[in-house]
Amino acid sequence: MSTATGNFESRAALALKDASLQKALGNFKPLFVAKRASAVAELTDFEALRERAAQIKNAVLGELDIWLERYAEAVEAAGGKVHFAFDAEEAREIILRICREAGAKTICKGKSMVSEEIALNPALEAAGYEVVETDLGEYIIQLAQEPPSHIIAPAIHKTREQVADLFEAHHPGRPREDSVAGLVNEARHVLREKFFKADVGITGGNFLIAETGSSVIVTNEGNGDLSQTLARVHIVTSGIERVLPTLDDLSVFLRILARSATGQDTECYTTISTGPCRAGDPDGPQEYHVVLVDNGRSKMLGGKFRDMLRCIRCGACMNHCPVYSAVGGHAYGWVYPGPMGAILTPLFNGMAEHYDLPNACTLNGRCQSVCPVKIPLAELIRTLRSEQVKAGLMPARQRTLMAAWGWVARQPGLYHALERFGSRLLRARAGKAGRIASMPGAAAWTGIRDLPAPSGATFLEQWQQQRGGEQ
Amino acid sequence: MSREQVLVSIRFALANAGICPPGLPAARPTQAIADPLARFIERATLHACSHERLASLAEVPARALAWLATRGEPGALSVAAPLVGLNWPADLRVDTGAASEATVAAVSLAFAGIAESGTLVMHSGPESPITHNFVPEFHVIVLHLEDLLPDQEAVWTKLRATGAMPRALNLIAGPSRTGDVEQTIQIGAHGPRAVHLLLVG
Ligand code: SF4
Repeated sequence: MSTATGNFESRAALALKDASLQKALGNFKPLFVAKRASAVAELTDFEALRERAAQIKNAVLGELDIWLERYAEAVEAAGGKVHFAFDAEEAREIILRICREAGAKTICKGKSMVSEEIALNPALEAAGYEVVETDLGEYIIQLAQEPPSHIIAPAIHKTREQVADLFEAHHPGRPREDSVAGLVNEARHVLREKFFKADVGITGGNFLIAETGSSVIVTNEGNGDLSQTLARVHIVTSGIERVLPTLDDLSVFLRILARSATGQDTECYTTISTGPCRAGDPDGPQEYHVVLVDNGRSKMLGGKFRDMLRCIRCGACMNHCPVYSAVGGHAYGWVYPGPMGAILTPLFNGMAEHYDLPNACTLNGRCQSVCPVKIPLAELIRTLRSEQVKAGLMPARQRTLMAAWGWVARQPGLYHALERFGSRLLRARAGKAGRIASMPGAAAWTGIRDLPAPSGATFLEQWQQQRGGEQ
Repeated sequence: MSREQVLVSIRFALANAGICPPGLPAARPTQAIADPLARFIERATLHACSHERLASLAEVPARALAWLATRGEPGALSVAAPLVGLNWPADLRVDTGAASEATVAAVSLAFAGIAESGTLVMHSGPESPITHNFVPEFHVIVLHLEDLLPDQEAVWTKLRATGAMPRALNLIAGPSRTGDVEQTIQIGAHGPRAVHLLLVG
């Protein structure tokens, strides 16, 4: 299910050398962080809302079966159909069947991470459907035939010139546009025609409301709404963990989602959909389907990673991650990048195959300090590492070194002697500059920056000296 | 059947985990907004809506057409059914059905406004096509100020009182936009390029 070859380390190394990616990431870093900070600061009770959001999610997850059944009943009462999919393959089959029964030719899609997760587009295309991603970012990467590199800004790795090149190549007969306004306008014109042509509209579901049987999408472009309103059949794809009890619970999440994601106080469009069109309605879909995807989630519910099921896919964790902002999303090798991806990808796709994802984390903890549903991301990453060690996945060389260090650390005399020796050796190597410019065995570090040298005396020596002075 | 398979798997996991649900916490206390109208206008303006205040509904056609004239020729106009009886010029084609590819502008009536977020609440129904909110280039939204509510929670209460959830409920905060090319915010993505509010009362 991976979308890339090699491992994180090799992909990250390539990403660091990719000049246009680095240019795109350079634009990215400061914007999201600053905008989130000011959007959050304007709410006096943001912390209380985070706490409450986490509580609501915990309560629902603790009785998820009950809430899902209530939700499904409400959807059916409103004339919609609910389909449960145990895994990705079944989800694809259900959606293919709905499209087949609808006699569809063209399918318009709003942004949906679950559809990326279940690799829906290749399956629909293989079955002969014309599939059009209509979120501008998703449309760009669909043209480029790439996976998303960010969960809310899928084409964040593309520069304006690259988008212009793609549009020029894929929109024959149109003059090349180079400005952002020109490119957005071009996409508007090209996609307009598709919206009106589409037989089926597929969207995600940010939230599902048990009280009313509604699905909720939150967008800025209006593409999700055009996809789901103009098509004859609307299919919502959503993870089973997305259900909320009431509309009032929804309000808690709407106050924190946009602020955490894009730093807006609210997204442009929040749409709450309940069933197919009613008698007398001049527009709206004739059929309304919800595909609830498990794909490993119910298993997560019973284990150490249940907290991860609170995730509302806002992207704040990756926006604040130093590793993500250095290498971008594709290095993570699947559809979920950044801190949440470093946890989800090994859980979904195998701890051995994605061994280095949790190990590439610096555990600085910024992600969990901004996560709107208080997921202890750094702790979960640490737990994942220990699970990997328990499963015998740590490479032999590293295991031997750790075992040796562990043994030495249990012999205080030897440990301090080695520490004193090492500290003085490094000090001597640094000379007057106080910095080490090259170091055998540490070329990866000293190749691009100096290694600061220790002061000479060890921590313990300094401690004893100072305590001695005090007495 | 997968429904059973998923539910059984969830029940198995929950029994294994042995974590008791803490029960749902109480609702968020409503944050008092000193001047709801001022707050609404401040937020709506932030979201790039323009607005003007009207004494009565009768002024809607003239004001809507004057604003649309600054945006170019509207051609056929889509109008919400409850507003179609107003004094629109006799030679203007006014359409109340679903919007089509030819629709350039629409004039709609909001179900409510939300002061906290400067949001307009639109609902679907025989007299309010949802396509009017997304298909046109230019969107005029009429809001009766008595329908301006402090927050979303008040909208849910009003909805529950009507007895049924409409098929679609759109919370709209300004014209459509995208930041997908180099994170530059560009107004006018797939939905309306401009939204003008007529606040009545
Ligand atoms: S883990 Fe938290 S911060 Fe990251 S995407 Fe999920 S909800 Fe947002």
